[in-house]
Amino acid sequence: MKKVIMGNHSVSHGVMASEVKVISAYPITPQTHIVELLSEMCGNGDIDAKFIKVESEHSAMAACVGASAAGSRAFTATSSQGLLLMHEMLHWAVGARLPIVLANVNRAVGPPWSIWTDQNDSLSQRDVGWLQIYCESNQETQDTIPQAFKIAEELQMPVMIVLDAFFLSHTYEIVDIITKEEVRKFLPEYKPEIKIDTKDPHSFGNLGGPDVYMELRYMIQEAMEKGIDVIKRVDKEFEEVFGRGYGLIQPYRCDDAETILVTSGTVSSTTRAVIDQMRDEGIKIGSLKIRVFRPFPFEEVFEVLSKAKKVAVIDRNISFGNGGIFYQEIKSALYGRTDIPIVGYIAGLGGRDITPSVIREIADKAIGDDKPERYINWIGVKK
Amino acid sequence: MIASEILADAFFHEGKFVQAFPAFGVERRGAPVMAFTRVSDSEIRERCQIYEPDHLIVLDPVLIETVNITDGLKEGGWIIINTSGPIENKELTEKYHIAVIDANSIALKHRLGSRSAPIVNTGIIGAFAGATGLVGIEAVKQAIEGFVPMKKEENMQAAVDACKEVKILS
Repeated sequence: MKKVIMGNHSVSHGVMASEVKVISAYPITPQTHIVELLSEMCGNGDIDAKFIKVESEHSAMAACVGASAAGSRAFTATSSQGLLLMHEMLHWAVGARLPIVLANVNRAVGPPWSIWTDQNDSLSQRDVGWLQIYCESNQETQDTIPQAFKIAEELQMPVMIVLDAFFLSHTYEIVDIITKEEVRKFLPEYKPEIKIDTKDPHSFGNLGGPDVYMELRYMIQEAMEKGIDVIKRVDKEFEEVFGRGYGLIQPYRCDDAETILVTSGTVSSTTRAVIDQMRDEGIKIGSLKIRVFRPFPFEEVFEVLSKAKKVAVIDRNISFGNGGIFYQEIKSALYGRTDIPIVGYIAGLGGRDITPSVIREIADKAIGDDKPERYINWIGVKK
Repeated sequence: MIASEILADAFFHEGKFVQAFPAFGVERRGAPVMAFTRVSDSEIRERCQIYEPDHLIVLDPVLIETVNITDGLKEGGWIIINTSGPIENKELTEKYHIAVIDANSIALKHRLGSRSAPIVNTGIIGAFAGATGLVGIEAVKQAIEGFVPMKKEENMQAAVDACKEVKILS
């Protein structure tokens, strides 16, 4: 059924339809609506789940770790400082190979305090081993939740769904709401091979000496690499049931594009409107949305970008001392295989708006400057 | 914020694509806040704030004298104002279509909110429908039914009353 709902509630509906068994969370703006609605759903019986209130995000993830280890489908949501407080437990979920799903509403990190969007919170968790999927609409956000559980449970790996603060979290738009009955056709019941069970005791979280630790890390990387095909297949299976698919990446008008803008999150959507305008002016330009960030779809990205003459990456984040994080990833995807210039643009930090004219400015700069002086360019910084 | 959601939902019931969102700030009750609704016949791809609105709804007439309410507003657009008094600002009436409604009295008549804080969201949207004709009152009623958690009937009636009583000044 189609309804006008906010981005945060589209997450809650995705969680309800996925028949999650344990939800544990600590409130934080701009995420709070997600767990608020979920607690209501638990209260009125719409979802048969245990809602565990905790005193911090660290505990929220710890509760999810315990629940998942005991064989339950577990979910939490957070933002910014909350995600950072979870950091230690995020590692734990990966090492213990627990298929937890987390929704992170991208919020800039303080100080100065900010509640507005940028990607530094989730991207600073790049190397913990969670899969990361960046969404651009309320519909995609809702649909990605059951996809995430299916991917997580097959790989025995945790998955983070990421959505922009306000531009998605607080924005109401039309969503075709999925139901438990429909999702059952797509997502089977979670039945782990090994779980905490007093009738079938195992040892969990034990010491792993140098003789085994490296092999376990190898297996995590192996799961990530296998993830590329699993995500593609799961997306196709979702499309068979619901008629909507999203892919690992989304190229737009890239076939004969001389310049390609690389985007993520809601900027992808606004960028397409700009691409159409520029195409009407006869400019050969396209865009590429990176939806799945971990595992990084190297081959798919290479295939699209290698046909272009120039690549411009828009980053709503920064790795201080290096540059835009997507920019670094795109460089490594093309390294040694092509000599196309790749230029990075930092824009929209701390929720500064990325409007069509900001995107146009980036596109014009990228096209006009054949030998850019700097490969990292700041957009709209007051000097 | 609630008004922008109801308005978006009403347009949705008429088959439009919609977006509604607050000005992304730190909200507190009683402080001036802005919210936006985007409406289109095709899928909406712009995911950024609105800087040049076509129309404007003013829930509190005090704002006319305290903030620049027409900042970015396109000339010839509608301004729907909740007020019981006259609009003396000549610039407003010359540049824009102005419509007024005493949504406070309508809210109190239907026991929506209190005398000091009447809830005018549903009345003002009814007035928007009545003055501009951009959205039908039936769609507004449908949106209220879906969006308003309590006093659905009273809210719907407030919208209907405001739709009929709205006065077009220019």
